[in-house]
Amino acid sequence: MAKPKVGYSRRSLLKAGGAAVAATAFPAPMLWAQDTKNIVLRQFGTGVSNLNDVANKVKEDLGFTLEMTALDSDSVTQRAATQPDSFDIADIEYWICKKVWPTGNLQAMDTSKIANYDKIVGIFRSGKLTPESVIAQGTAPHTVGFVDGPGGTSFADSETGWMTLIPTIYNADTLGIRPDLIGRPIESWTELLNPEFKGKASILDISSIGIMDMAMVCEAMGEVAYADKGNMTREEIDKTIAIFTEAKKAGQFRAFWKTFDESVNLMASGEVVIQSMWSPAITAVKSRGIECVYQPLKEGYRSWGGGIGLSSSLSGMELDAAYEYINWYLSGWVGGYLMRQGYYSAVPETSKEFMTENEWGYWFEGKEATDVITSPTGDKLAAAGDVRDGGSFYERMGHVACWNAVMDENQYMVRKWNEFIAA
Amino acid sequence: MTRNRHLLGWLEAAPLAVILLGFLIAPIVMIVIVSFWGATEFSIYPDFQFENYAFLFSSPVTYKVFGATFKYAFITWAFTLSIGFTVAYFLAFHIRSQTVQIALFLVCTIPFWTSNIIRMISWIPFLGRNGIANQTLISWGVIDEPLEWLLYSDFSVILAFVHLYTLFMVVPIFNTMMRIDKSLLEAARDNGASGLQTLLHVILPLTKPGIMIGTIFVVTLVMGDFITVRFMSGSQRANVGRLISNDIGLLQYPSASATAVVLLCTVLIMIAILLRFVNIRKEL
Repeated sequence: MAKPKVGYSRRSLLKAGGAAVAATAFPAPMLWAQDTKNIVLRQFGTGVSNLNDVANKVKEDLGFTLEMTALDSDSVTQRAATQPDSFDIADIEYWICKKVWPTGNLQAMDTSKIANYDKIVGIFRSGKLTPESVIAQGTAPHTVGFVDGPGGTSFADSETGWMTLIPTIYNADTLGIRPDLIGRPIESWTELLNPEFKGKASILDISSIGIMDMAMVCEAMGEVAYADKGNMTREEIDKTIAIFTEAKKAGQFRAFWKTFDESVNLMASGEVVIQSMWSPAITAVKSRGIECVYQPLKEGYRSWGGGIGLSSSLSGMELDAAYEYINWYLSGWVGGYLMRQGYYSAVPETSKEFMTENEWGYWFEGKEATDVITSPTGDKLAAAGDVRDGGSFYERMGHVACWNAVMDENQYMVRKWNEFIAA
Repeated sequence: MTRNRHLLGWLEAAPLAVILLGFLIAPIVMIVIVSFWGATEFSIYPDFQFENYAFLFSSPVTYKVFGATFKYAFITWAFTLSIGFTVAYFLAFHIRSQTVQIALFLVCTIPFWTSNIIRMISWIPFLGRNGIANQTLISWGVIDEPLEWLLYSDFSVILAFVHLYTLFMVVPIFNTMMRIDKSLLEAARDNGASGLQTLLHVILPLTKPGIMIGTIFVVTLVMGDFITVRFMSGSQRANVGRLISNDIGLLQYPSASATAVVLLCTVLIMIAILLRFVNIRKEL
């Protein structure tokens, strides 16, 4: 691949007396500080990890500017697929990657340039959390994580040294509940359609994720048996949607939500007492002083993972800067920041250094908090003695039933979803 | 000399023609073209196929959603017309002083100082299960249980529409009413017409162009809306605008275009019918 000329080569810079360049901890090329100041990398992604604090820290630690744009999942997919020149770094989910990779708008990354590659959690490499783990249904990250080479267009089924996305953030999702308004234990996904919560339930109106939550419910009810919830047949889709359409007509749902804020408001205002939810939304409700639990359910979690992909138009100094950014991302600070919100970092062991022992124990090991747990922005999330919903990392990520996915019958599913919304 | 006049005329019309061509005709032509294209999961490709229209017309969802859109448009129209006409009538015929008239008219526009999304969303905490409306009604003893249908229902959608668009009815009706020759009203009274008769046989026919302009505003705004329906129904109801926005979100541009073309034609036909009733140009 021919790189456009960027003024002068790195070699000539070194000759000119860039001794400081040698002081790098990473195998990735270090850049000359004066130049990096002018580099601007444009990143876009869903709200979860597009945080201004990260951009500020990048400026402070690495010197270059990271411009963040936060969009919803649909818009992210749309932009990654149709506007390759509008971004340098795409912070997307693995199922979006499956959709977007064939457009050729992203370039594969050389794992030999990633310092902490060997420490990345097994889920993103072999697919197994521990050697004994069973791989869950759906678009498991490792199935779309690798391609054969720099120009590869089809996914490889094992580690090849060329990664499509560098994993950054992931979590296991379940239903959020208001224990103060429900007043009894909730143990199964079936409760979402329990008539007891008529007019007080909600589900998210993002078809690709919503259908998975529906499938978890229908499977738990014993109404539909799926071969693979992440890749349903038309018949399975019809049955699933029919069950939910009936529930909708019976007035089971108060509303559907599409954005993070909507889910927080529905829960905090008491309009809804049980709904699909994302973990930081639970955190946001809790930080308003309202009881809210991310309820582990016996059927398992619906999991998702996100990662950073590089635009295929990225080259030269900007590409080097992007690698530097990725290495920095995995080096711990961001991981610690995200883990203190309830997500997991791709390289948990580096994040440990950026968390207190109490935080690490609470968020990762599932131990009782020994002191107050606060969010990165300082809101109180848990008191001493509290235990994280669902327990430790291995307890939670080990019970993933399904990964967010994009199906072969996606277009058909979307049409049925539209019918469901209009019903 | 005449040739110069012709040239001048063309030149004078040119800026508007260029703007309309570039910003109105060209995009519509583009939409029509794309509506015949094909789409895959992540891309669209040029083609000439009727699949998008075939699917649209064969899907029961389309008819249901168009039905809902007409329903919203009609109910909103009825409410905005009756409220708008009353307000305009009051301003035009009951307020004698022109200063007060202008002052009150400006008062009507105050809500427009904020974005219409904010005005719409501010209804949500008001109408919610634990919102001000329900709490007040319970404390008055009118109801025992919170009313569920206040929010995330057709009621809240139409309430928001009426709130947002009534002014579009008030302004044109007020404008035509102000131009009614007051001596006509005196003549009616002198000939023994009652207040109601004057209203029905003199004022109403003379304000028809204003009503028609207001109707066009309201109907086109409601039929093209998607965000009000999404927010106020909690995503539980659908209208044509939401159908289009869902398609766009899922990169199905050709099918979104086809729906847009059908919607555009529907609205144009409706306006054409409306214009058969009243000659607006005569009054402008």
